Amino acid sequence: MTKAIPAAMDSRDPRASRAAGQGFTAFEGVTDGSMVDSDGNPDFAVIQQSPEFQELRRRLRRFVFPMSALFLAWYLTYVLFAAYAHDFMSQKVGGQVNVGIVFGLLEFVSTVIITLVYARYAKRRLDPQRDLVRSRAGVVEE
Amino acid sequence: MTVTLADGVAGSPVLNLSVFGVFVLATLYVVYRASSSNRTAADYYAAGSSFSGSQNGIALSGDFLSAASFLGITGGIAVNGYDGFLYSVGWVVAWLVGLLLIAESLRNTGRFTVGDVLAYRMRQRPVRAAAANATLVISFFYMLAQMAGAGGLVALLLNVTSKGGQAIVIVIVGIIMVFYVLVGGMKGTTWVQIIKAALLLVCVTLTTIFLLGKFGFSLSNIMEGAAQNNAHGDALLNPGVKYGKSGITKLDFISLALSLVLGIASLPHVLMRFYTVPNAKEARRSVVWATWTMVVFYLCTLVIGFGATALVGSDAILRAPGGENSAAPLLAFKIGGAVLLGVVCAVAFATILAVVAGLTLAASASFAHDVYANVIKRGNAEPRQEVRVARLTAIAVGVLAIAGGIAANGQNVAFLVSLALALAASANLSTILFSLFWKRFNTKGTLWAIYGGLGSCLVLIIFSPAFSGGPTAIFPDVDFHWFPLSNPGLVSIPLSFLCGFVGTILSKEPADGRKQAEMEVRAITGIGSGR
Repeated sequence: MTKAIPAAMDSRDPRASRAAGQGFTAFEGVTDGSMVDSDGNPDFAVIQQSPEFQELRRRLRRFVFPMSALFLAWYLTYVLFAAYAHDFMSQKVGGQVNVGIVFGLLEFVSTVIITLVYARYAKRRLDPQRDLVRSRAGVVEE
Repeated sequence: MTVTLADGVAGSPVLNLSVFGVFVLATLYVVYRASSSNRTAADYYAAGSSFSGSQNGIALSGDFLSAASFLGITGGIAVNGYDGFLYSVGWVVAWLVGLLLIAESLRNTGRFTVGDVLAYRMRQRPVRAAAANATLVISFFYMLAQMAGAGGLVALLLNVTSKGGQAIVIVIVGIIMVFYVLVGGMKGTTWVQIIKAALLLVCVTLTTIFLLGKFGFSLSNIMEGAAQNNAHGDALLNPGVKYGKSGITKLDFISLALSLVLGIASLPHVLMRFYTVPNAKEARRSVVWATWTMVVFYLCTLVIGFGATALVGSDAILRAPGGENSAAPLLAFKIGGAVLLGVVCAVAFATILAVVAGLTLAASASFAHDVYANVIKRGNAEPRQEVRVARLTAIAVGVLAIAGGIAANGQNVAFLVSLALALAASANLSTILFSLFWKRFNTKGTLWAIYGGLGSCLVLIIFSPAFSGGPTAIFPDVDFHWFPLSNPGLVSIPLSFLCGFVGTILSKEPADGRKQAEMEVRAITGIGSGR
């Protein structure tokens, strides 16, 4: 379970507690400012503008958008071939197994690869940055 | 090759029934145990977010590995060969949409329903009402498919060939599944789902290994056997048997492919699963788990589908009481006799029960949480009262599903599911993606996208050849179709994106910047989304 607490109580980060004491004066210098409002709730507008969050969002989008475009394009290629290139797909490559079956199975393989790559990327590049933003925003992990 | 089964006498009904009965009793016990901890609305809708990623992953695959996959796809491959395989490919690739774009953000921004996410930064009442409408329509279509599958299965299993007899069995199935939902809530339903998914996976894996062994561990040999025993001959192994006849059928194929890949991660009962885990990391893990099980399962369907044709023959399958949907049970009888048939049918039945239970839960949650609590009571409903409404809705949904299932009895279930997927992708995908990733997206855009996508999709289904005009249509005796494609996804999915875009641009009401910041931060970091 996680909850937000006022940064003033976050003894790990003295800068945050100082900034919290000053209310909203530290709005511009986001990294040094508080990401928690006066009621102790996360201040989402401030977090959204913080460089840490922007970096996290950039890392996320840089991966998921191109990758989504890639797998959709690859899938549509397969579908178009299956619909319009019957002769090509019907060529035998070994015994009764034809190009179409191999192409379809390659879609399975690409799905497995993309899943593995994303899980690894998320673990290495997204989760640590996410934890950084969360701790800056005063979220205590249990 | 002659098969006695073709006449509909499939093993002993008593044995089949008792295998199924054991499953129902065992799961009812589990549901009963799980129900003792159902206290709050969060318990009822989201199992108190207490499941682990791997548990939820299995349940997630269970939710998706419906009768449509098991019976419909194996039957599709057995009868139409390569064109049936397309479903398998689409349904595996589709999980990437959920993994990359939806699962984690959805977990972080919602609590119980799709409406939670869509209405997050919009005006609550109209958007929640729209989201609930979409959920109810999608779930109803999906349920039709499952109930139709139940009818076919019963025909085979108990040798009940009269429509009236099948209707009675559909009613019984419906009552059991409503009971699961009423008593067990999300926790009970999830456990049923996990048990059933494990059984189904073991069952298809063993069958596949057996078939491979029988054919000398060569896919080529199985395919050769299939080609020899299918009315289409060698053409079975190539694309085009079902969708290659003309330019229109090819377009239909592309439309279907689009619905398959975009629909899964938009299904309300699948999306709702992400709320049963404690955080986004577990949501991601559950999709990864689901992907593994999907890959194994759909690889097996290829072998089982071709194997069914090779050993049973496509003519015998089509002549059997359940038609195309009976390929897997017939194969089971052929290789394992009455006992294996009983097991396979019990697993297939369990699948239908579990999936329909999940659908009923999603539909009733959406009505109670979005419509009753937030639209009618304007967010001031008492949680106990809300759960009571959810339970009442579950009963109403169950009655509708039973009636619809009796009407749709006999259709190919994989095809019916593809219609539900087209609806889901049309109503939910554009709105979820826009509200997560497009800052300017606003209330009007959301409403236009939901109603534009859902409405166009419904209209096109009603005027499609699947609904009227053809011998295989739902209403074969009348003909009022003018839309050429059976699957409307190719038109309605892009249209919903377009509607969302145009609605947003035309709206004079700007997006709520404060709520947008909150939603975006929450979606990506999970801040503020503790249990």
